[in-house]
Amino acid sequence: MRPEDLRPRQAAGAASEEELREALAREFAVVGSRARRVDGAAKLTGRALYTDDLAPPGLLHARILRSPHAHARILAIDASAALALEGVKAVVTGRDMPVRYGIIPWTRDEYPLALDKARYIGDAVAAVAAVDEDTADAALRLIRVEYQPLPPVLDPREAADPPEGAVPVHEPAKPGRNGNVTKHVHLEFGDVDAKLAESDVVVEGEYYFEGSTHTPIEPHCAIGWYDATGKLTVWSATQVPHYLHRELARVLDLDVARVRVVQPVVGGAFGGKSEPFDLEFCVAKLAMLTGRPVKILYTREEVFYAHRGRHPMLTSHKLGADREGHILAVDARNLLDGGAYASFGLVTAYYSGQLLTAPYRFGSYRFDATRVYTNKPACGPKRGHGSVQPRFAFEVQLDKLAERLGLDPIELRRRNFMADAPRTINELRVQSNGFLQCLDAVERASGWKERFRKLPWGRGLGVAGSCYISGTNYPIYPNDMPQSAAQIQVERSGRVTVFVGASEIGQGSDTVPAMIVAEELGVPLDYVRVLSADTDLVPVDLGAYSSRETFMMGNAVLDAARTLRDLVATTLAGAWSIPTDRVALCGGWALDVASPETRIPISEAFNLAEAKHGSLGATGSYNTPKDVHGSYRGGTIGASPAYSFTAHVAEVEVEAETGVVRVGKIWVAHDCGRALNPVLVEGQMEGSAYMGFGEALMEAMTYKDADHGKAGLHNGPSLLDYRIPTSLDTPEICSLIVESVDPEGPYGAKEAGEGPLHPSIPAIANAIFDAVGVRIDRIPFDPPRVWRALQDPGARARWQGCRASPPEVAAAAD
Amino acid sequence: MSFAPIELRVNGAVHRLEADPARPLLYVLRDDLELTGTKYGCGEGECGACTVLVDGRATKSCRLPVADAAGREITTIEGLARGDALHPLQQAFIDAGAFQCGYCTPGMLMAAASLLRRSPHPSDSDILGGMSGNVCRCGTYPRIMAAIRQVASQTAAGAR
Repeated sequence: MRPEDLRPRQAAGAASEEELREALAREFAVVGSRARRVDGAAKLTGRALYTDDLAPPGLLHARILRSPHAHARILAIDASAALALEGVKAVVTGRDMPVRYGIIPWTRDEYPLALDKARYIGDAVAAVAAVDEDTADAALRLIRVEYQPLPPVLDPREAADPPEGAVPVHEPAKPGRNGNVTKHVHLEFGDVDAKLAESDVVVEGEYYFEGSTHTPIEPHCAIGWYDATGKLTVWSATQVPHYLHRELARVLDLDVARVRVVQPVVGGAFGGKSEPFDLEFCVAKLAMLTGRPVKILYTREEVFYAHRGRHPMLTSHKLGADREGHILAVDARNLLDGGAYASFGLVTAYYSGQLLTAPYRFGSYRFDATRVYTNKPACGPKRGHGSVQPRFAFEVQLDKLAERLGLDPIELRRRNFMADAPRTINELRVQSNGFLQCLDAVERASGWKERFRKLPWGRGLGVAGSCYISGTNYPIYPNDMPQSAAQIQVERSGRVTVFVGASEIGQGSDTVPAMIVAEELGVPLDYVRVLSADTDLVPVDLGAYSSRETFMMGNAVLDAARTLRDLVATTLAGAWSIPTDRVALCGGWALDVASPETRIPISEAFNLAEAKHGSLGATGSYNTPKDVHGSYRGGTIGASPAYSFTAHVAEVEVEAETGVVRVGKIWVAHDCGRALNPVLVEGQMEGSAYMGFGEALMEAMTYKDADHGKAGLHNGPSLLDYRIPTSLDTPEICSLIVESVDPEGPYGAKEAGEGPLHPSIPAIANAIFDAVGVRIDRIPFDPPRVWRALQDPGARARWQGCRASPPEVAAAAD
Repeated sequence: MSFAPIELRVNGAVHRLEADPARPLLYVLRDDLELTGTKYGCGEGECGACTVLVDGRATKSCRLPVADAAGREITTIEGLARGDALHPLQQAFIDAGAFQCGYCTPGMLMAAASLLRRSPHPSDSDILGGMSGNVCRCGTYPRIMAAIRQVASQTAAGAR
């Protein structure tokens, strides 16, 4: 058969003459365009299948029994009455899965179901599979658990320094140590004490960052199925299929090769689905015991107990500077309230210090971070993992420094900009940095120069900056294999399928590979099909965490796509007797750029290449640099191939009589590297600023202490009590994209998913000071707290004082 | 629990089924009628992911006993498009990039459809108020507002 015989009657979806000319004139045909997402049609019509939408034949439903005690030994469990209930198919307890798991291999401290001890109210103790949820619920009430309650550890300060004889949350790894400490980190760069001594100004502050939780609207859900061949399949609303795959096999003692993890469409995650959870092990084990598929869908209440959200953090900071405002010393101490289990806590402790060292140049830096266990739901990674809390403290510290020195806070930040320094003080390698452009953009857009310190009482502007990683150089378990890989397969119609391990969680990671393939292979965007996150079908990607997908999966897809592109281009160059670099694949066509009328539909080009080279497929991969990190113990944590930068200006209105803070507008400028799709980038910037705003003003994961009811009980595990911003609350958000093309990112892209959250909270705090002259060093800035702060009789005088001597701006040139 | 015969009119089709009259409509839609576009998010009427139209009005189906829905005209996300043609709101959501994870989206679309039905030319505060019962944790509110405004202005232009 000759290739012509396969030629489609018309090149469907191909660009017209004019469109083709325009596309060729641009640097990129598809990349950088505001292309629609590939998952729109399914999501807009209700046809997208999330985990709970799947119902394999014979499905059983399971529910989990949870501890009513914050801290208790489990002496005995009697499930006989539950098992006897009609419709109940199986019951499992901790004894059925007595293997510890944990996302970080060095801190595995959880059992799928509590074995010897329950460590928070809500800790999983047993699970029942039955014909329906109501029966499973009824069976849970028949399970008798004999607990021996222990005094709960709730205050992180007490956990760090426990009274004599107190029972720790976990047994210490070595006798004599404090079992309540997950991780202690102490690092010093330069001589901080000496630099503090020589500072002209030292600003000291203590900050408290309240915990908050992700609250994806889709609750966690998983389905297990153990088939006749001894293969376990788990469908789960996870953002880390690969890590789940490994942990399921390890805990259930199965061959990894006989476990399949499929991630259906996920309804939001934000870090809250980035490690294995009790439900995934339970559906797997119950499926193995019953031979039937088993589903667990968390109730909204259970989502609050699963948590793994923002660590409450007590931070004290000392900031030493010279008269011009140059940062000579930063001395930080963080106490992280980790809740009952380690989760990512080892990394969180490091991130609370390691990610503060850009975009400003530090003369010296010391941080001491301790992450403790308490008898509350475990904390973990929430959007901006570990670095949002210290960023709040530090950016408010900078604002206080500017106030003390009579400097404009944007000018102060410019003065301390790290510029093109190749390494931060803790040796993070920064290869692209658009922070100054971010500052310029928010300064201009917000009318800063005309309005800062000039608005009437009750209205104010505040600024803050930040930096974040684009993935981590080191994976969670040590290995030298690629962090992300992709396969591309070309079908004879011209349709291309991309197989990636990346996890689409709403951020657009199914759209990015389609755009990259359309760019490189010249096929129309809707001719690319993306198959993602199914461990039987796609190559490994480590998951949607630490803002790594676009960067790493993007590079892997680009690698594979370029291999194929070269193959097709070489084939055509031979057929047309022209040099390879004259062949372009663009807009559904393959053509000679020197004479664009020489062109064939792209499908025909693929057919020619397939005839010559055999089936058209390619693999690609990306691995991070392994020789780029700090030359000290812990120096690998925080090392990323690229860093993003952000600046915010927030405008607030404070009602002095009530303490109500209204955020009218947030200007967000974010350096994401090359914006592969500006709509996706803006969406991440808006979503980040929105989520940070919620933390700043209203969200709080809090628990009762012994004086206010049952100690350790969540104050309101429901959306009635835990308020998240609605359309009425959300401020206007103005997204300003800054593109500093990174040498290592795909087309120069970095990240946008988490970085833009960081400055939200300090920018609002600093704006409140501009509005009413009070500093509120703990979140949330809710009406009672703001109102109490405003009872300070000095507030008005401070507010006026700042206006009497307007900040120095003109000194920018020195 | 006792079952009673119930007749439901969903997306123009009549379904006769046996159900516990107190069972929330959400589960009947999802489990019995396999219309899984309507989502469970909280079960307390707080998130709006389960929003459907009942006689044209946005209703949280997780709080509506199925018996109370009997005999009324129920429209779910599956019934919003007319055949192959997307509803103007669906098209506007796609064009504006007014969704990310998509889990709240069916409920958002139904709430928006109800809003535009009641007030075809809503002010910004009508839109904010009308949509305040539906939460989007991806933070796409500004784009959702823009999409609704766009459809409303189209309708206004069409009416002239």
